[in-house]
Amino acid sequence: MFDIVKRQQLNQAVVLMEISAPPIARKAQPGQFIILRVNDEGERIPLTIAHFDRDRGTVTIVFQVVGKTTQVLSELKEGDQILDFVGPLGTASHLEGYRRVAVIGGGLGSAIAWPQACKLHQMGAHVDMIVGFRNKDLIILEDEMRQCCDQLIIATDDGSNGNQGFVTDMLKRQIGQGADYDLVIAIGPLIMMKFVSELTRPYKIKTIVSLNPIMVDGTGMCGGCRVTVGGETKFACVDGPDFDGHLVDFDEAMRRQLMYKDAEAASQEEHRCRLTGEIRHA
Amino acid sequence: MLNRSEKKAVMPQQDPQTRSGNFREVALGYDEASAMEEAARCLQCRHKPCMNGCPVHVQIPEFIGLVAAGEFAAAYEIITATNRLPAICGRVCPQETQCEALCVRGKKGEPVAIGRLERFVADWAMKNTPPQPKPRPSNGRKVAVVGSGPAGLACAGDLAGLGYQVTIFEAFHTPGGVLMYGIPEFRLPKALVQAEIEQLKQQGVEIQTNMVIGKVYDVDELIEMGYEAVFLGTGAGLPMFLNIPGENLNGVYSANEFLTRINLMKAYCFPDCDTPVRVGRHVAVIGGGNVAMDAARSALRLGAEDVSIVYRRSADELPARAEEVEHAREEGINFRLLRNPTRIIGDEKGWVTGLECLEMKLGEPDASGRRRPVPVPGSETVLPMETVIIAIGQSPNPLIRNATPDLETQSWGGIVADDETMATSKEGVFAGGDIVTGAATVILAMGAGKKAAAAMDAWLQGHPLDQTHPAVVFGTRKVEL
Repeated sequence: MFDIVKRQQLNQAVVLMEISAPPIARKAQPGQFIILRVNDEGERIPLTIAHFDRDRGTVTIVFQVVGKTTQVLSELKEGDQILDFVGPLGTASHLEGYRRVAVIGGGLGSAIAWPQACKLHQMGAHVDMIVGFRNKDLIILEDEMRQCCDQLIIATDDGSNGNQGFVTDMLKRQIGQGADYDLVIAIGPLIMMKFVSELTRPYKIKTIVSLNPIMVDGTGMCGGCRVTVGGETKFACVDGPDFDGHLVDFDEAMRRQLMYKDAEAASQEEHRCRLTGEIRHA
Repeated sequence: MLNRSEKKAVMPQQDPQTRSGNFREVALGYDEASAMEEAARCLQCRHKPCMNGCPVHVQIPEFIGLVAAGEFAAAYEIITATNRLPAICGRVCPQETQCEALCVRGKKGEPVAIGRLERFVADWAMKNTPPQPKPRPSNGRKVAVVGSGPAGLACAGDLAGLGYQVTIFEAFHTPGGVLMYGIPEFRLPKALVQAEIEQLKQQGVEIQTNMVIGKVYDVDELIEMGYEAVFLGTGAGLPMFLNIPGENLNGVYSANEFLTRINLMKAYCFPDCDTPVRVGRHVAVIGGGNVAMDAARSALRLGAEDVSIVYRRSADELPARAEEVEHAREEGINFRLLRNPTRIIGDEKGWVTGLECLEMKLGEPDASGRRRPVPVPGSETVLPMETVIIAIGQSPNPLIRNATPDLETQSWGGIVADDETMATSKEGVFAGGDIVTGAATVILAMGAGKKAAAAMDAWLQGHPLDQTHPAVVFGTRKVEL
């Protein structure tokens, strides 16, 4: 069992949890992920590691409520426990040797992009963080991100924070104004990562995306997370989750993401309390 | 008195019609009377040919003699002296190519039903004698076992029996490896696997789940943590694909994923359990081994209207156990033989709609001695399918190999280990089971785990291991393997 030592609601749908898992905290690197299972009937879900604290022995996850498992997880409080927590899985991001980097986060992806920006910033790169949200109420981790970069650009789809546009608009503007990036990291919805990759392709800027497909074990055993990269099938869990955005078949990845859409909706409805709207545990 | 019947005593089974709609065990096991009747068929040969077919050297005539006499508890003692997982082996060993293949009664009529008798004794003991915790006095020395499948469990059991303080590291949340995620409930009830693992715990074996060695700790760190020797039994977990067009369509599964969702994650009780599985109405399973049979029969039980095994050779070459093929046929699985998949076809939204196959005919024998399938040009046909499950084999999981550069490996990814001692190129590190041999059977993995345990004990006691001369490995000390 793994203790939840901190729980913080970042916006209406996004929750941050700090989990006590010293062996994982000791080994974790930016870009890696964990798999958790909330309870005995629960499914295994992968979540990218948002932060780790080797001294406190904790691993921080940030997740959005999108289905039954994340709903049940979000209802846990500080002091509660998660049944299974395994990691660190996947290959760590390669962040060495870059001079000027744009780290792009879409919505929840900002929380995952944040540790990458921190590491790059620490290593001396000039880091612009470009993050996008639907509106200003959904903005998360603003202070934390600001500390990890040279420039933080926050865009909102509806312009409610005074800066309307998508992250791609902001990136295009930066490049147009002469930002000579030697690396772009994009983390967020597949469609966002696809358009960032399309944008950087003609500029030949190396672009790394972080994929989070459906998987069971996270160790290469099920093959459910397969993704086509440069015409070859890769397993996101062991070969990734970072891949070259210019080589990923995003359309296939988006189709595969919908494999259990109907089943998940049915499960969430099945377990929704008709009185309170809460999701009951199993 | 010798039972001269040329046939095995019949073991009752669930009727095929009924069982194809449930996950309960197919074979129901002998009762005491039929076990004693079957045991009386054993000739008690003095040279014990059957034992040569058993990778863990169960003392077969001895235990069968005790069954014939009705001394089931004593029979259990005899079996468990060399095999700590008899309820499992009695169910999933390929006895027809091992012990029973060498049984003298098999020369005229059917061999003695050694597997069924082993199963009977194990089940009887589980029901009638409460597990007795027998923690051996600890010698205080720590050893690590990586992976809790058949190889790891067998190795851990023997080492604990020798007094070592054994810790098993398991990547999944439940121990058992392929016994839990791979082999379905109707062939090997999961409660029974957990009961056998519980026995090991009572002997003092510690099991740490959620531990992916190669990630959270590597092998050198285990040694630094005070584990004096390490056994790697991480299995052949990596699914192989066909590399044909359409393999990443929605509705294409590896057998590993399909079976893990059902067996370990209990997708059959979705939405009461959270893990879904998409079975579809028309299901093709590609491959002819036990895993293919397991996937096909599971799909049928989850409501598929028709399920086909698609295999490129003929019925004679099917690698699955004869009994599994027979059970699958009885339950109504279609065998579409001599067909080789060439393409998986999907709709515009990326879902499987069909499987294109080429007809094959058998040509000359190939290197494996089996007749090579040769394509019939222009014979492509499309079978309408909603789900395609690929069950053409697994290769070794690379996590440990990647994290342990000084471990010598084969070109295909297996770890190099000595045949007799299971010692690897890294001092103090041993390996066995599918990670060494490639995908094989439960009992061969257990045999390797036992060999490794004996060699680890010898090595820990200071006897040198010479990989090139296994005969002198143990010096003056004879190790029973």
